[in-house]
Amino acid sequence: MSAEWLQFAIDALTLGSLYALMALGLVIVYGILRLVNFAYGELIMVAGYTLYLLGGSPLPWLVMAAVAIGMAVLTGVATELVAFRPVRERSVTAVLITSFAFSTLLQNAALLFISPRSRQVPLPDLFSETILLGGAVVPIRNLLTIGCTVLLLALFALILRRTVLGLALRAAASHFRMARMLGVPANLIISSAFAISGLLAGVVSLFWLGRIGSVVPGIGLEPLLVAFIATVIGGMRSLPGAVIGGYILALIDTGFNYLLPQQLLAFRDAFTFSIVIAILLWRPQGLVAGPATGQRT
Amino acid sequence: MLEVAGLEVRYGAIRAVRQLDLTVRKGELVALLGANGAGKSTTLLAIAGALKCSHGSVHFDGVDVTGLAPEQKVRRGIAMVPETRDVFPDLTVMENLRLGAYVRRHDTAGFRQDMERIDALFPVLTRRARQPAGTLSGGEQQMLVIARALMSRPRLLLLDEPSLGLAPTIVDQVFGLIEKLRESGLTILLVEQNASMALQLADRAYVLSLGTVAASGSAAEIAASSDLRAIYLGG
Repeated sequence: MSAEWLQFAIDALTLGSLYALMALGLVIVYGILRLVNFAYGELIMVAGYTLYLLGGSPLPWLVMAAVAIGMAVLTGVATELVAFRPVRERSVTAVLITSFAFSTLLQNAALLFISPRSRQVPLPDLFSETILLGGAVVPIRNLLTIGCTVLLLALFALILRRTVLGLALRAAASHFRMARMLGVPANLIISSAFAISGLLAGVVSLFWLGRIGSVVPGIGLEPLLVAFIATVIGGMRSLPGAVIGGYILALIDTGFNYLLPQQLLAFRDAFTFSIVIAILLWRPQGLVAGPATGQRT
Repeated sequence: MLEVAGLEVRYGAIRAVRQLDLTVRKGELVALLGANGAGKSTTLLAIAGALKCSHGSVHFDGVDVTGLAPEQKVRRGIAMVPETRDVFPDLTVMENLRLGAYVRRHDTAGFRQDMERIDALFPVLTRRARQPAGTLSGGEQQMLVIARALMSRPRLLLLDEPSLGLAPTIVDQVFGLIEKLRESGLTILLVEQNASMALQLADRAYVLSLGTVAASGSAAEIAASSDLRAIYLGG
Protein backbone atom coordinates (compact mmCIF):
# COMPACT_ATOMS: atom_id res chain seq x y z
CA MET A 1 0.00 0.00 0.00
CA SER A 2 2.64 2.53 1.05
CA ALA A 3 4.76 1.49 -1.95
CA GLU A 4 1.87 2.48 -4.16
CA TRP A 5 1.65 5.89 -2.50
CA LEU A 6 5.37 6.37 -2.89
CA GLN A 7 5.09 5.48 -6.55
CA PHE A 8 2.29 7.99 -6.93
CA ALA A 9 4.22 10.71 -5.12
CA ILE A 10 7.30 10.23 -7.26
CA ASP A 11 5.26 10.15 -10.47
CA ALA A 12 3.43 13.35 -9.56
CA LEU A 13 6.64 15.08 -8.45
CA THR A 14 8.46 14.08 -11.63
CA LEU A 15 5.76 15.33 -13.92
CA GLY A 16 5.26 18.37 -11.71
CA SER A 17 8.95 19.25 -11.91
CA LEU A 18 8.79 19.34 -15.70
CA TYR A 19 5.54 21.33 -15.69
CA ALA A 20 6.93 23.74 -13.09
CA LEU A 21 10.13 24.49 -15.02
CA MET A 22 8.18 24.97 -18.24
CA ALA A 23 5.69 27.28 -16.57
CA LEU A 24 8.50 29.25 -14.94
CA GLY A 25 10.09 29.91 -18.32
CA LEU A 26 6.81 31.22 -19.66
CA VAL A 27 6.13 33.44 -16.64
CA ILE A 28 9.56 35.04 -16.51
CA VAL A 29 8.94 36.51 -19.95
CA TYR A 30 5.27 37.24 -19.35
CA GLY A 31 6.00 38.95 -16.05
CA ILE A 32 8.16 41.56 -17.72
CA LEU A 33 6.56 42.01 -21.16
CA ARG A 34 2.96 40.97 -20.39
CA LEU A 35 3.23 38.88 -23.55
CA VAL A 36 3.03 35.13 -23.96
CA ASN A 37 5.84 33.64 -26.01
CA PHE A 38 4.01 31.16 -28.22
CA ALA A 39 7.26 30.01 -29.80
CA TYR A 40 8.26 28.66 -26.38
CA GLY A 41 7.38 25.01 -27.09
CA GLU A 42 9.71 25.02 -30.08
CA LEU A 43 12.66 25.45 -27.74
CA ILE A 44 12.00 21.85 -26.67
CA MET A 45 11.93 20.84 -30.31
CA VAL A 46 15.19 22.64 -31.08
CA ALA A 47 16.93 20.97 -28.15
CA GLY A 48 15.49 17.63 -29.26
CA TYR A 49 16.74 17.90 -32.82
CA THR A 50 20.12 19.09 -31.61
CA LEU A 51 20.39 15.89 -29.59
CA TYR A 52 19.26 13.85 -32.60
CA LEU A 53 21.80 15.50 -34.94
CA LEU A 54 24.57 14.94 -32.42
CA GLY A 55 23.43 11.33 -31.99
CA GLY A 56 26.05 9.79 -34.27
CA SER A 57 28.94 11.75 -32.83
CA PRO A 58 31.42 10.28 -30.35
CA LEU A 59 30.77 13.07 -27.83
CA PRO A 60 29.84 12.04 -24.30
CA TRP A 61 26.14 12.41 -23.65
CA LEU A 62 26.55 15.20 -21.11
CA VAL A 63 28.30 17.32 -23.73
CA MET A 64 25.49 16.67 -26.21
CA ALA A 65 23.00 17.65 -23.53
CA ALA A 66 24.91 20.85 -22.82
CA VAL A 67 24.96 21.73 -26.52
CA ALA A 68 21.22 21.01 -26.76
CA ILE A 69 20.53 23.30 -23.79
CA GLY A 70 22.78 25.93 -25.34
CA MET A 71 20.80 25.75 -28.58
CA ALA A 72 17.56 26.22 -26.64
CA VAL A 73 19.03 29.31 -24.97
CA LEU A 74 20.19 30.69 -28.33
CA THR A 75 16.81 30.03 -29.90
CA GLY A 76 15.11 31.72 -26.97
CA VAL A 77 17.23 34.83 -27.42
CA ALA A 78 16.69 34.65 -31.19
CA THR A 79 12.91 34.51 -30.64
CA GLU A 80 13.14 37.82 -28.88
CA LEU A 81 15.30 39.40 -31.57
CA VAL A 82 13.17 38.15 -34.46
CA ALA A 83 9.63 38.09 -33.14
CA PHE A 84 9.53 40.52 -30.22
CA ARG A 85 12.02 43.35 -30.47
CA PRO A 86 10.96 44.78 -33.86
CA VAL A 87 7.28 45.06 -32.91
CA ARG A 88 7.34 45.05 -29.12
CA GLU A 89 6.59 48.74 -28.66
CA ARG A 90 3.97 48.94 -31.39
CA SER A 91 1.25 46.45 -30.65
CA VAL A 92 0.44 43.44 -28.49
CA THR A 93 -1.48 41.82 -31.35
CA ALA A 94 1.52 42.06 -33.63
CA VAL A 95 3.73 40.27 -31.12
CA LEU A 96 1.08 37.57 -30.72
CA ILE A 97 1.20 36.95 -34.46
CA THR A 98 4.97 37.19 -34.85
CA SER A 99 5.56 34.74 -32.01
CA PHE A 100 3.11 32.27 -33.62
CA ALA A 101 4.82 32.86 -36.95
CA PHE A 102 8.25 32.16 -35.51
CA SER A 103 6.91 28.98 -33.93
CA THR A 104 5.47 27.81 -37.28
CA LEU A 105 8.69 28.74 -39.04
CA LEU A 106 10.77 26.59 -36.70
CA GLN A 107 8.37 23.67 -36.98
CA ASN A 108 8.35 23.85 -40.76
CA ALA A 109 12.11 24.05 -40.87
CA ALA A 110 12.18 20.79 -38.95
CA LEU A 111 9.60 19.25 -41.31
CA LEU A 112 11.51 20.36 -44.37
CA PHE A 113 15.11 19.77 -43.42
CA ILE A 114 14.79 16.79 -41.14
CA SER A 115 11.60 14.79 -41.39
CA PRO A 116 7.95 14.80 -40.43
CA ARG A 117 8.52 11.40 -38.85
CA SER A 118 9.82 10.94 -35.36
CA ARG A 119 13.55 10.66 -34.81
CA GLN A 120 15.32 8.77 -32.04
CA VAL A 121 17.39 10.89 -29.70
CA PRO A 122 20.44 9.52 -27.91
CA LEU A 123 19.86 8.95 -24.20
CA PRO A 124 22.21 7.74 -21.49
CA ASP A 125 21.70 4.18 -20.21
CA LEU A 126 21.04 5.61 -16.79
CA PHE A 127 17.73 6.97 -18.10
CA SER A 128 16.31 3.48 -18.69
CA GLU A 129 17.44 1.95 -15.41
CA THR A 130 15.30 1.57 -12.33
CA ILE A 131 15.91 1.11 -8.66
CA LEU A 132 13.80 -0.38 -5.92
CA LEU A 133 12.83 2.28 -3.42
CA GLY A 134 10.66 1.37 -0.45
CA GLY A 135 9.07 -1.46 -2.43
CA ALA A 136 8.34 0.75 -5.47
CA VAL A 137 10.11 0.37 -8.78
CA VAL A 138 11.36 3.84 -9.62
CA PRO A 139 13.07 4.87 -12.84
CA ILE A 140 16.33 6.68 -12.05
CA ARG A 141 15.33 9.22 -14.68
CA ASN A 142 12.49 10.38 -12.43
CA LEU A 143 14.80 10.93 -9.48
CA LEU A 144 17.17 12.86 -11.73
CA THR A 145 14.29 15.01 -12.94
CA ILE A 146 13.27 15.90 -9.41
CA GLY A 147 16.85 16.48 -8.29
CA CYS A 148 17.72 18.69 -11.25
CA THR A 149 14.56 20.71 -10.78
CA VAL A 150 15.26 21.35 -7.11
CA LEU A 151 18.80 22.45 -7.98
CA LEU A 152 17.65 24.67 -10.81
CA LEU A 153 14.91 26.30 -8.75
CA ALA A 154 17.37 26.98 -5.93
CA LEU A 155 19.89 28.45 -8.35
CA PHE A 156 17.18 30.55 -9.95
CA ALA A 157 15.97 31.87 -6.59
CA LEU A 158 19.55 32.70 -5.63
CA ILE A 159 20.13 34.66 -8.83
CA LEU A 160 16.91 36.59 -8.34
CA ARG A 161 17.69 37.43 -4.72
CA ARG A 162 21.42 37.96 -4.68
CA THR A 163 22.53 39.42 -8.00
CA VAL A 164 22.07 42.86 -9.53
CA LEU A 165 20.62 41.21 -12.65
CA GLY A 166 18.08 39.39 -10.47
CA LEU A 167 17.20 42.61 -8.73
CA ALA A 168 16.73 44.34 -12.05
CA LEU A 169 14.59 41.45 -13.34
CA ARG A 170 12.34 41.64 -10.29
CA ALA A 171 12.06 45.41 -10.58
CA ALA A 172 11.27 45.18 -14.29
CA ALA A 173 8.51 42.67 -13.58
CA SER A 174 6.95 45.19 -11.23
CA HIS A 175 7.37 48.55 -13.02
CA PHE A 176 9.22 48.16 -16.28
CA ARG A 177 9.27 51.84 -17.17
CA MET A 178 10.42 52.92 -13.74
CA ALA A 179 13.23 50.38 -13.85
CA ARG A 180 14.32 51.86 -17.17
CA MET A 181 14.24 55.36 -15.70
CA LEU A 182 16.73 54.14 -13.11
CA GLY A 183 19.08 53.05 -15.86
CA VAL A 184 18.18 49.35 -16.18
CA PRO A 185 18.57 48.67 -19.91
CA ALA A 186 15.35 47.27 -21.35
CA ASN A 187 17.02 45.11 -23.98
CA LEU A 188 19.41 43.49 -21.53
CA ILE A 189 16.59 42.60 -19.18
CA ILE A 190 14.37 41.20 -21.91
CA SER A 191 17.20 39.20 -23.50
CA SER A 192 18.12 37.80 -20.09
CA ALA A 193 14.52 36.77 -19.49
CA PHE A 194 14.42 34.95 -22.82
CA ALA A 195 17.81 33.33 -22.18
CA ILE A 196 16.65 32.06 -18.78
CA SER A 197 13.45 30.73 -20.30
CA GLY A 198 15.56 28.98 -22.96
CA LEU A 199 17.73 27.42 -20.28
CA LEU A 200 14.69 26.11 -18.42
CA ALA A 201 13.12 24.74 -21.61
CA GLY A 202 16.44 23.12 -22.57
CA VAL A 203 16.68 21.28 -19.27
CA VAL A 204 13.03 20.23 -19.47
CA SER A 205 13.57 18.92 -23.00
CA LEU A 206 16.20 16.42 -21.83
CA PHE A 207 13.78 14.81 -19.42
CA TRP A 208 10.72 15.28 -21.60
CA LEU A 209 12.49 13.49 -24.47
CA GLY A 210 13.81 10.99 -21.96
CA ARG A 211 10.22 9.86 -21.35
CA ILE A 212 9.36 9.54 -25.06
CA GLY A 213 12.75 8.70 -26.54
CA SER A 214 12.16 10.55 -29.82
CA VAL A 215 11.47 13.96 -31.28
CA VAL A 216 8.85 15.13 -33.83
CA PRO A 217 8.31 18.63 -35.27
CA GLY A 218 5.15 19.13 -33.24
CA ILE A 219 6.65 18.07 -29.93
CA GLY A 220 6.50 21.59 -28.47
CA LEU A 221 2.73 21.91 -28.43
CA GLU A 222 1.99 19.81 -25.36
CA PRO A 223 4.65 21.38 -23.11
CA LEU A 224 3.55 24.86 -24.21
CA LEU A 225 -0.07 24.06 -23.43
CA VAL A 226 0.83 22.53 -20.10
CA ALA A 227 3.00 25.48 -19.16
CA PHE A 228 0.26 27.89 -20.12
CA ILE A 229 -2.37 26.10 -18.03
CA ALA A 230 0.00 25.82 -15.09
CA THR A 231 0.68 29.56 -15.18
CA VAL A 232 -3.02 30.33 -15.39
CA ILE A 233 -3.65 28.20 -12.31
CA GLY A 234 -0.73 29.65 -10.43
CA GLY A 235 -1.27 33.28 -11.42
CA MET A 236 0.18 34.54 -14.69
CA ARG A 237 2.71 36.89 -13.18
CA SER A 238 3.97 35.10 -10.11
CA LEU A 239 7.14 33.02 -10.32
CA PRO A 240 6.32 30.92 -7.24
CA GLY A 241 2.79 30.69 -8.65
CA ALA A 242 4.10 29.11 -11.85
CA VAL A 243 5.96 26.46 -9.87
CA ILE A 244 2.97 25.74 -7.64
CA GLY A 245 0.68 25.68 -10.68
CA GLY A 246 2.96 23.17 -12.39
CA TYR A 247 2.95 20.82 -9.44
CA ILE A 248 -0.82 21.11 -8.95
CA LEU A 249 -1.51 20.38 -12.60
CA ALA A 250 0.79 17.35 -12.43
CA LEU A 251 -0.93 16.18 -9.26
CA ILE A 252 -4.31 16.36 -10.99
CA ASP A 253 -3.00 14.61 -14.11
CA THR A 254 -1.26 11.86 -12.20
CA GLY A 255 -4.21 11.47 -9.86
CA PHE A 256 -6.54 10.77 -12.76
CA ASN A 257 -3.98 8.39 -14.27
CA TYR A 258 -4.22 6.30 -11.14
CA LEU A 259 -7.92 6.73 -10.45
CA LEU A 260 -9.68 6.57 -13.78
CA PRO A 261 -10.76 3.17 -15.13
CA GLN A 262 -9.09 2.04 -18.35
CA GLN A 263 -11.94 2.97 -20.68
CA LEU A 264 -12.09 6.57 -19.38
CA LEU A 265 -8.34 7.17 -19.43
CA ALA A 266 -8.52 8.48 -22.98
CA PHE A 267 -10.64 11.34 -21.65
CA ARG A 268 -8.26 12.24 -18.88
CA ASP A 269 -7.64 15.75 -20.19
CA ALA A 270 -11.36 16.50 -20.06
CA PHE A 271 -11.37 15.57 -16.36
CA THR A 272 -8.21 17.59 -15.74
CA PHE A 273 -9.61 20.68 -17.40
CA SER A 274 -12.85 20.39 -15.40
CA ILE A 275 -10.80 20.71 -12.25
CA VAL A 276 -8.78 23.56 -13.74
CA ILE A 277 -12.04 25.37 -14.54
CA ALA A 278 -13.24 24.79 -10.99
CA ILE A 279 -9.99 26.26 -9.61
CA LEU A 280 -10.35 29.28 -11.85
CA LEU A 281 -13.97 29.81 -10.81
CA TRP A 282 -12.76 29.87 -7.24
CA ARG A 283 -9.71 32.07 -7.93
CA PRO A 284 -9.91 33.71 -11.36
CA GLN A 285 -6.67 35.63 -10.79
CA GLY A 286 -4.74 32.40 -10.12
CA LEU A 287 -3.57 31.02 -6.81
CA VAL A 288 -0.68 33.42 -6.18
CA ALA A 289 -0.86 37.14 -6.81
CA GLY A 290 2.02 38.62 -8.78
CA PRO A 291 4.09 41.63 -7.75
CA ALA A 292 2.26 44.95 -7.66
CA THR A 293 2.34 46.43 -11.11
CA GLY A 294 2.77 49.41 -13.31
CA GLN A 295 1.82 49.42 -16.96
CA ARG A 296 3.54 47.44 -19.67
CA THR A 297 6.60 48.98 -21.35
CA MET B 1 22.06 72.99 -19.03
CA LEU B 2 18.71 71.75 -20.32
CA GLU B 3 17.14 73.27 -23.43
CA VAL B 4 13.80 72.09 -24.70
CA ALA B 5 12.65 73.56 -28.02
CA GLY B 6 9.38 73.14 -29.89
CA LEU B 7 8.49 70.02 -27.92
CA GLU B 8 5.40 68.12 -29.01
CA VAL B 9 4.13 64.91 -27.41
CA ARG B 10 1.11 62.98 -28.64
CA TYR B 11 -1.08 60.34 -27.06
CA GLY B 12 -2.51 58.88 -30.24
CA ALA B 13 -4.32 61.74 -31.94
CA ILE B 14 -4.24 64.01 -28.90
CA ARG B 15 -1.46 66.53 -28.63
CA ALA B 16 -0.75 66.72 -24.91
CA VAL B 17 2.17 69.09 -25.31
CA ARG B 18 2.83 71.39 -28.27
CA GLN B 19 5.38 74.04 -29.19
CA LEU B 20 6.89 74.00 -25.75
CA ASP B 21 10.16 75.85 -25.13
CA LEU B 22 11.93 75.71 -21.82
CA THR B 23 15.43 76.14 -20.43
CA VAL B 24 16.99 75.26 -17.13
CA ARG B 25 20.39 76.70 -16.27
CA LYS B 26 22.95 75.00 -14.09
CA GLY B 27 22.17 75.24 -10.38
CA GLU B 28 18.67 76.61 -10.93
CA LEU B 29 15.43 75.39 -9.49
CA VAL B 30 12.75 75.87 -12.12
CA ALA B 31 9.09 75.26 -11.37
CA LEU B 32 6.62 74.01 -13.96
CA LEU B 33 3.12 75.07 -12.95
CA GLY B 34 -0.31 74.69 -14.43
CA ALA B 35 -3.73 73.14 -14.01
CA ASN B 36 -4.46 69.44 -14.20
CA GLY B 37 -3.98 68.18 -17.72
CA ALA B 38 -1.86 71.14 -18.80
CA GLY B 39 0.92 68.77 -19.84
CA LYS B 40 3.36 69.16 -16.96
CA SER B 41 3.94 65.48 -16.24
CA THR B 42 3.97 64.68 -19.94
CA THR B 43 6.74 67.23 -20.43
CA LEU B 44 8.83 65.70 -17.66
CA LEU B 45 8.30 62.17 -18.95
CA ALA B 46 9.34 63.28 -22.43
CA ILE B 47 12.51 64.91 -21.07
CA ALA B 48 13.25 61.70 -19.13
CA GLY B 49 12.80 59.69 -22.31
CA ALA B 50 9.82 57.66 -21.10
CA LEU B 51 7.54 59.23 -23.73
CA LYS B 52 8.47 59.81 -27.34
CA CYS B 53 8.48 63.37 -28.67
CA SER B 54 6.81 63.69 -32.06
CA HIS B 55 8.47 67.07 -32.68
CA GLY B 56 11.07 69.29 -31.16
CA SER B 57 14.34 68.68 -29.44
CA VAL B 58 15.84 68.23 -26.00
CA HIS B 59 19.46 69.27 -25.47
CA PHE B 60 21.35 68.43 -22.31
CA ASP B 61 24.73 70.10 -21.79
CA GLY B 62 24.60 71.12 -25.42
CA VAL B 63 24.18 67.53 -26.66
CA ASP B 64 21.03 66.41 -28.47
CA VAL B 65 19.38 63.75 -26.27
CA THR B 66 15.92 63.92 -27.84
CA GLY B 67 15.47 60.33 -28.95
CA LEU B 68 17.43 58.58 -26.23
CA ALA B 69 15.89 55.76 -24.17
CA PRO B 70 15.28 56.47 -20.47
CA GLU B 71 18.14 54.20 -19.41
CA GLN B 72 20.54 56.26 -21.55
CA LYS B 73 19.28 59.53 -20.12
CA VAL B 74 20.07 58.37 -16.58
CA ARG B 75 23.60 57.55 -17.66
CA ARG B 76 23.96 61.12 -18.85
CA GLY B 77 22.79 62.50 -15.53
CA ILE B 78 19.05 63.08 -15.82
CA ALA B 79 17.08 61.40 -13.03
CA MET B 80 13.30 61.32 -12.83
CA VAL B 81 10.99 61.04 -9.84
CA PRO B 82 7.53 60.30 -11.28
CA GLU B 83 4.36 61.46 -9.57
CA THR B 84 3.08 57.89 -9.45
CA ARG B 85 5.70 57.33 -6.75
CA ASP B 86 6.82 54.07 -8.32
CA VAL B 87 8.63 52.30 -5.55
CA PHE B 88 9.12 48.61 -6.23
CA PRO B 89 6.75 47.48 -3.47
CA ASP B 90 7.99 43.90 -3.19
CA LEU B 91 11.64 44.88 -3.01
CA THR B 92 13.13 46.07 0.24
CA VAL B 93 14.04 49.71 0.78
CA MET B 94 17.70 48.76 0.44
CA GLU B 95 17.07 46.91 -2.83
CA ASN B 96 15.22 49.94 -4.17
CA LEU B 97 18.20 52.14 -3.35
CA ARG B 98 20.58 49.62 -4.86
CA LEU B 99 18.61 49.75 -8.10
CA GLY B 100 18.81 53.52 -8.02
CA ALA B 101 22.57 53.09 -8.15
CA TYR B 102 22.28 50.67 -11.09
CA VAL B 103 24.23 52.89 -13.49
CA ARG B 104 27.06 53.06 -10.97
CA ARG B 105 26.82 49.46 -9.78
CA HIS B 106 30.57 48.78 -10.00
CA ASP B 107 31.41 51.75 -7.81
CA THR B 108 31.07 50.13 -4.38
CA ALA B 109 33.01 52.84 -2.56
CA GLY B 110 30.76 55.49 -4.08
CA PHE B 111 27.72 53.45 -3.11
CA ARG B 112 28.83 53.43 0.52
CA GLN B 113 29.40 57.19 0.44
CA ASP B 114 25.96 57.70 -1.04
CA MET B 115 24.40 55.51 1.63
CA GLU B 116 25.97 57.73 4.29
CA ARG B 117 24.53 60.77 2.57
CA ILE B 118 21.13 59.08 2.34
CA ASP B 119 21.38 58.23 6.03
CA ALA B 120 21.98 61.90 6.84
CA LEU B 121 19.14 63.14 4.62
CA PHE B 122 16.64 60.35 5.19
CA PRO B 123 17.34 58.59 8.50
CA VAL B 124 13.96 56.87 8.30
CA LEU B 125 15.02 54.98 5.17
CA THR B 126 18.10 53.43 6.72
CA ARG B 127 16.03 52.45 9.74
CA ARG B 128 13.68 50.58 7.41
CA ALA B 129 16.30 49.28 4.99
CA ARG B 130 15.15 45.67 5.25
CA GLN B 131 11.45 46.35 5.01
CA PRO B 132 9.56 45.88 1.72
CA ALA B 133 9.06 49.32 0.18
CA GLY B 134 5.33 48.66 -0.16
CA THR B 135 4.95 48.77 3.63
CA LEU B 136 6.21 52.36 3.92
CA SER B 137 3.83 55.28 4.42
CA GLY B 138 3.13 57.66 1.52
CA GLY B 139 5.59 60.24 2.81
CA GLU B 140 8.31 57.64 3.34
CA GLN B 141 7.73 56.29 -0.15
CA GLN B 142 8.15 59.80 -1.53
CA MET B 143 11.43 60.10 0.38
CA LEU B 144 12.48 56.73 -1.01
CA VAL B 145 11.85 57.60 -4.67
CA ILE B 146 13.78 60.86 -4.25
CA ALA B 147 16.61 59.08 -2.46
CA ARG B 148 16.60 56.39 -5.14
CA ALA B 149 16.88 58.98 -7.89
CA LEU B 150 19.81 60.61 -6.06
CA MET B 151 21.67 57.30 -5.98
CA SER B 152 22.48 57.69 -9.68
CA ARG B 153 24.26 60.99 -8.80
CA PRO B 154 22.22 63.01 -11.26
CA ARG B 155 23.13 66.49 -12.45
CA LEU B 156 19.50 67.28 -13.28
CA LEU B 157 16.63 66.07 -11.11
CA LEU B 158 13.11 65.97 -12.55
CA LEU B 159 10.61 66.05 -9.69
CA ASP B 160 6.97 65.37 -10.50
CA GLU B 161 4.43 66.47 -7.88
CA PRO B 162 6.42 65.52 -4.81
CA SER B 163 3.70 66.85 -2.49
CA LEU B 164 0.83 64.94 -4.09
CA GLY B 165 -1.46 63.31 -1.54
CA LEU B 166 0.79 63.93 1.44
CA ALA B 167 -0.17 65.37 4.82
CA PRO B 168 0.80 69.06 5.28
CA THR B 169 3.62 68.36 7.76
CA ILE B 170 5.10 65.83 5.38
CA VAL B 171 4.79 68.30 2.51
CA ASP B 172 6.88 70.75 4.56
CA GLN B 173 9.49 68.05 5.06
CA VAL B 174 9.58 67.28 1.35
CA PHE B 175 9.98 70.93 0.45
CA GLY B 176 12.67 71.34 3.10
CA LEU B 177 14.49 68.50 1.44
CA ILE B 178 14.17 70.04 -2.01
CA GLU B 179 15.64 73.24 -0.61
CA LYS B 180 18.59 71.32 0.82
CA LEU B 181 19.16 69.62 -2.52
CA ARG B 182 19.17 72.93 -4.31
CA GLU B 183 21.62 74.37 -1.82
CA SER B 184 23.90 71.42 -2.53
CA GLY B 185 24.04 72.71 -6.11
CA LEU B 186 21.71 70.21 -7.78
CA THR B 187 19.76 71.53 -10.77
CA ILE B 188 16.06 70.78 -10.37
CA LEU B 189 13.01 70.96 -12.61
CA LEU B 190 9.98 70.77 -10.35
CA VAL B 191 6.38 70.12 -11.36
CA GLU B 192 3.99 71.14 -8.63
CA GLN B 193 0.28 71.69 -8.04
CA ASN B 194 1.01 73.67 -4.93
CA ALA B 195 2.07 76.81 -6.84
CA SER B 196 2.65 79.09 -3.86
CA MET B 197 5.03 76.71 -2.16
CA ALA B 198 6.86 75.97 -5.40
CA LEU B 199 7.24 79.69 -6.14
CA GLN B 200 8.78 80.32 -2.72
CA LEU B 201 11.59 77.94 -3.59
CA ALA B 202 12.01 78.41 -7.31
CA ASP B 203 14.33 80.78 -9.16
CA ARG B 204 12.13 80.84 -12.23
CA ALA B 205 8.83 79.37 -13.29
CA TYR B 206 6.85 78.40 -16.35
CA VAL B 207 3.08 78.26 -16.36
CA LEU B 208 1.64 75.71 -18.76
CA SER B 209 -1.82 75.85 -20.21
CA LEU B 210 -3.25 73.44 -22.78
CA GLY B 211 0.14 71.88 -23.40
CA THR B 212 2.13 75.00 -24.05
CA VAL B 213 3.85 77.79 -22.13
CA ALA B 214 1.35 80.51 -21.19
CA ALA B 215 3.66 82.57 -19.00
CA SER B 216 7.23 82.49 -17.79
CA GLY B 217 9.55 84.59 -15.69
CA SER B 218 11.26 84.82 -12.36
CA ALA B 219 9.41 83.24 -9.47
CA ALA B 220 8.64 86.68 -8.03
CA GLU B 221 7.19 87.92 -11.32
CA ILE B 222 5.01 84.88 -11.72
CA ALA B 223 3.88 85.09 -8.11
CA ALA B 224 3.00 88.76 -8.55
CA SER B 225 1.22 88.49 -11.88
CA SER B 226 -2.47 88.91 -11.27
CA ASP B 227 -3.64 86.66 -14.09
CA LEU B 228 -1.94 83.62 -12.64
CA ARG B 229 -5.14 82.48 -11.02
CA ALA B 230 -6.94 82.99 -14.30
CA ILE B 231 -4.41 80.91 -16.16
CA TYR B 232 -4.72 78.20 -13.60
CA LEU B 233 -8.45 78.01 -13.48
CA GLY B 234 -8.92 78.77 -17.12
CA GLY B 235 -6.85 75.61 -17.79
